[in-house]
Amino acid sequence: METTIMDNHKDKVLFHKESQIKEIWRRFKKSKGAVIGLIMLGVILIVLIFADVIAPYETATKQNLANKLQEPSNEHWFGTDSYGRDVFARTIHGGRTSISISILATMASCIVGSTLGAIAGYFGGKVDSIIMRSLDIFMSVPDILFTMAVVFAMGASFTTLLVALTLAYFTNYVRLVRSQVLTLSEQDYVEAARAGGAGGARIILSHILPNAMGVIIVNLTLNVSKIVLYESTLSFLGLGMPPPAPAWGLMLSEAREFMRTAPHLLFFPAMAIVLTACSVNLIGDGMRDALDPHLKS
Amino acid sequence: MNEIILDIKDLEVIYKTDLETVKAVNSIDLKIDKGKTLGLVGETGAGKTTTALSILRLLPGNTGRILNGHIKYSGTNLLELEETEMRKMRGDKIAMVFQDPMTSLNPVMTVGEQIAEAITLHNDNLSKEEVEKRVDEKLTMVGIVPSRKVEYPHQFSGGMKQRVVIAMALACEPELLIADEPTTALDVTIQAQVLMMIKELRDRLGTSMLMITHDLGIVAKICDDVAVMYAGEIAESGTVEDIFLGEKHHPYTEGLFGSIPNLSSRANRLTPIPGLMPDPTNLPEGCFFHPRCKYKMDICERIHPESIAKGTHTLRCHLFDDKIMADKMEVNTNE
Amino acid sequence: MYRYIAKRVLFLIPTVLGVIFIIFLVMSFTPGDPARALLGVSAPQADVDALNHELGYDLPFIQKYFNYIKRMIIERDFGTSYFTKQSVFDEIWPRYIITIKLALMGIIISTAIGVPLGILAAVKQYSLWDTIPSILAFFIAAIPSFVLGMLLLFIFSLKLNLLPSYGINSFAHYIMPALAISIPPAAQQLRFTKSSMLETIRQDYVRTARAKGAAENIVIWKHALKNALLPVITNIGMSFGVLIAGAVVAEKLFSIPGIGSLIVDRITYKDEPVIIAGTILIAVVFTVVMLIVDLIYAYIDPRIRAKYTRTKG
Repeated sequence: METTIMDNHKDKVLFHKESQIKEIWRRFKKSKGAVIGLIMLGVILIVLIFADVIAPYETATKQNLANKLQEPSNEHWFGTDSYGRDVFARTIHGGRTSISISILATMASCIVGSTLGAIAGYFGGKVDSIIMRSLDIFMSVPDILFTMAVVFAMGASFTTLLVALTLAYFTNYVRLVRSQVLTLSEQDYVEAARAGGAGGARIILSHILPNAMGVIIVNLTLNVSKIVLYESTLSFLGLGMPPPAPAWGLMLSEAREFMRTAPHLLFFPAMAIVLTACSVNLIGDGMRDALDPHLKS
Repeated sequence: MNEIILDIKDLEVIYKTDLETVKAVNSIDLKIDKGKTLGLVGETGAGKTTTALSILRLLPGNTGRILNGHIKYSGTNLLELEETEMRKMRGDKIAMVFQDPMTSLNPVMTVGEQIAEAITLHNDNLSKEEVEKRVDEKLTMVGIVPSRKVEYPHQFSGGMKQRVVIAMALACEPELLIADEPTTALDVTIQAQVLMMIKELRDRLGTSMLMITHDLGIVAKICDDVAVMYAGEIAESGTVEDIFLGEKHHPYTEGLFGSIPNLSSRANRLTPIPGLMPDPTNLPEGCFFHPRCKYKMDICERIHPESIAKGTHTLRCHLFDDKIMADKMEVNTNE
Repeated sequence: MYRYIAKRVLFLIPTVLGVIFIIFLVMSFTPGDPARALLGVSAPQADVDALNHELGYDLPFIQKYFNYIKRMIIERDFGTSYFTKQSVFDEIWPRYIITIKLALMGIIISTAIGVPLGILAAVKQYSLWDTIPSILAFFIAAIPSFVLGMLLLFIFSLKLNLLPSYGINSFAHYIMPALAISIPPAAQQLRFTKSSMLETIRQDYVRTARAKGAAENIVIWKHALKNALLPVITNIGMSFGVLIAGAVVAEKLFSIPGIGSLIVDRITYKDEPVIIAGTILIAVVFTVVMLIVDLIYAYIDPRIRAKYTRTKG
């Protein structure tokens, strides 16, 4: 008997979601900026996915000092750097690292933060106090310092970077999800579910989270670009993936001393960062408008 | 013949966004006699608040638009005034009390400052002491201890906040007070108090009033004349006797009365009006009410009814059009 | 009101202690030990062990933590740098001052640019005062601060030869770093202020003010502004984190001897004491700034102020 009820309920939630998603997509399409952003990001992602086909990894890391510091040409579309490496290949592969870390870190920070926030909001009382107080103290350390400490302690690597980025950004979601849970759990349908015998986790997962989704998603999309920029800042400072792995920030750091003689080294990675961040921001703004049209007018 | 203080004719108001055009008010006529209170009745979405905002020309700037009609206040068409002249009217000659007291007051200004502002905006020649004296008077008038004027809105309960709002509105003793559902957001017990206070003040100051409400009980207690609004139109209007005691009614009005729970009757069920108010972006052909009307005739689906006057009582319904009913009778007898 | 201030200031202490704890915790994951770092790779193990014992390295974590705090507060001793073998405190204090100067400049400039422009963009929505700053802010939000800094260097130092590219010897030296630090948060504050203003203007009490007959500029400046600025104040505090990151980057980029660049440099040299001390000091500034912001907010918002003063009714 109980399973039947839950199944019906699941169907309703899903159906509701499907037509909602269509509606959100329709509103999203209305915003020209968002569509442009989506196209740009699509192009970027395709290039990155097929990076190996377009420009083999070796060209990104193999040093060829005879070729160094060449201007963009037919052979090297973006020119070469101070070690003779093809900048185009480095840009593409660097993008791969940057973006894959950013997406993973975004997902991880969202999951960690939302879970903490949901627990704090739902259980309240002591649990809530402990989590929020700890969060306050945690947030008293400026992000970059904390990240530096983590990188120092764990040594620069993909995992370290992932951990550091997740730790830097999960706090965004905790407060957000907590307040969503607090307001939503007062709603009548949650009371009803509880009266029907549903337990904590079930209530959070099937009732509260779907409704909090909208806000979470908007924050998520807006955070992706922040993480991309932050990751590039870290690699600029030398705290990112260790060389010879290409990363946009690292490329820019190396380009510093050649600003006068080889400005193309500066231009291409910088453009890559800005274009990626812009496209993600456009999508993020579009999502925000699509999920809450009231905010626009 | 009484002096008419507010004369609205052929008023048409729309809200236009990129997506759609909402026909909020569709050619209404309203009159308020000096010293009298007109009750504007209708469900949410009927266009009552839009009408009120139009009088003060406070429609949301980029979407609200008055297409047609005139709003004459003591003979002057408000729609033709310059904004600076209109501003002189607001708060001084015509004042408005809004529905939600929780959000109508500025949270970072003291209650006294807000009432004082209402006064000084139209009386810049007064000394500070004079202004303070008047603030105290107004607070006392609505039953609030004057020493509380240094407090902030969040320190007052809902009912008290609404009293402050009323004190602000009556600060310059306006000739016309527009009250948009002033008690709807309050607890039931407080509602009666605030309503009585409004009635007393109105009687004392001789203020004319436009009382917007969906509660027929309030209409009975406080109004002289009534206008029933539906889908942006006046479905029926008349004196309070016409509406409450008259024999003929617009089917919608009938429905409104029928929806009221009655302790003395032994009815087992409420009889709500079936259906919903029409979508203002997509109004039906013919009479706006016909999809929900139990007396619907063929003509109602095709021809939009005019407003028919019988003395002080007007009705916008084909049922009361003598000519149409006569034709119908003929048709019936001929078959 | 004073109770509130006292309460918050007192709360600083456990917060700072908590911060130090967290940093200590993270650092405890570092491989290697201090004596080895100090004595070098080739030193005999016995010496290393002896020094480790002397330094208290083999003590339990909590005890190390308390010892550190004791030394820090009582003796103002932050230990000895593994790299330069100097007193950490002597090394970092002058740099600390420089970084604080930069950070303060950053806050002042970014607020002075971002907030007024945001208000203007909201009040004159859809006009050029709105569209141009908003588009600019959008692009700036996509540019990391080091790219911005390099752009400034490229234009003003390289091409135009107007401003010096490193060091801090003169006022002119501060211009580009200050700009590089302030512009990204200024852009964010512009967008935030604009949206807060727009949100406030839609509120019912603004409509009430108009219904009273107030002219539009009174409505905006007297009624809307104060309410809109409340969340903006909190936002300014929030942007301090971004500001510090910007300062670290700017110090590296413009070769400014601040604490940020020191920490970054010493990471490569595994100079733990310097990194710990530097991180703690910056975190303390950060916490103090957040406290000041909160206090300002509490002072201005009567709803909070009333909670802590004697109220009637």
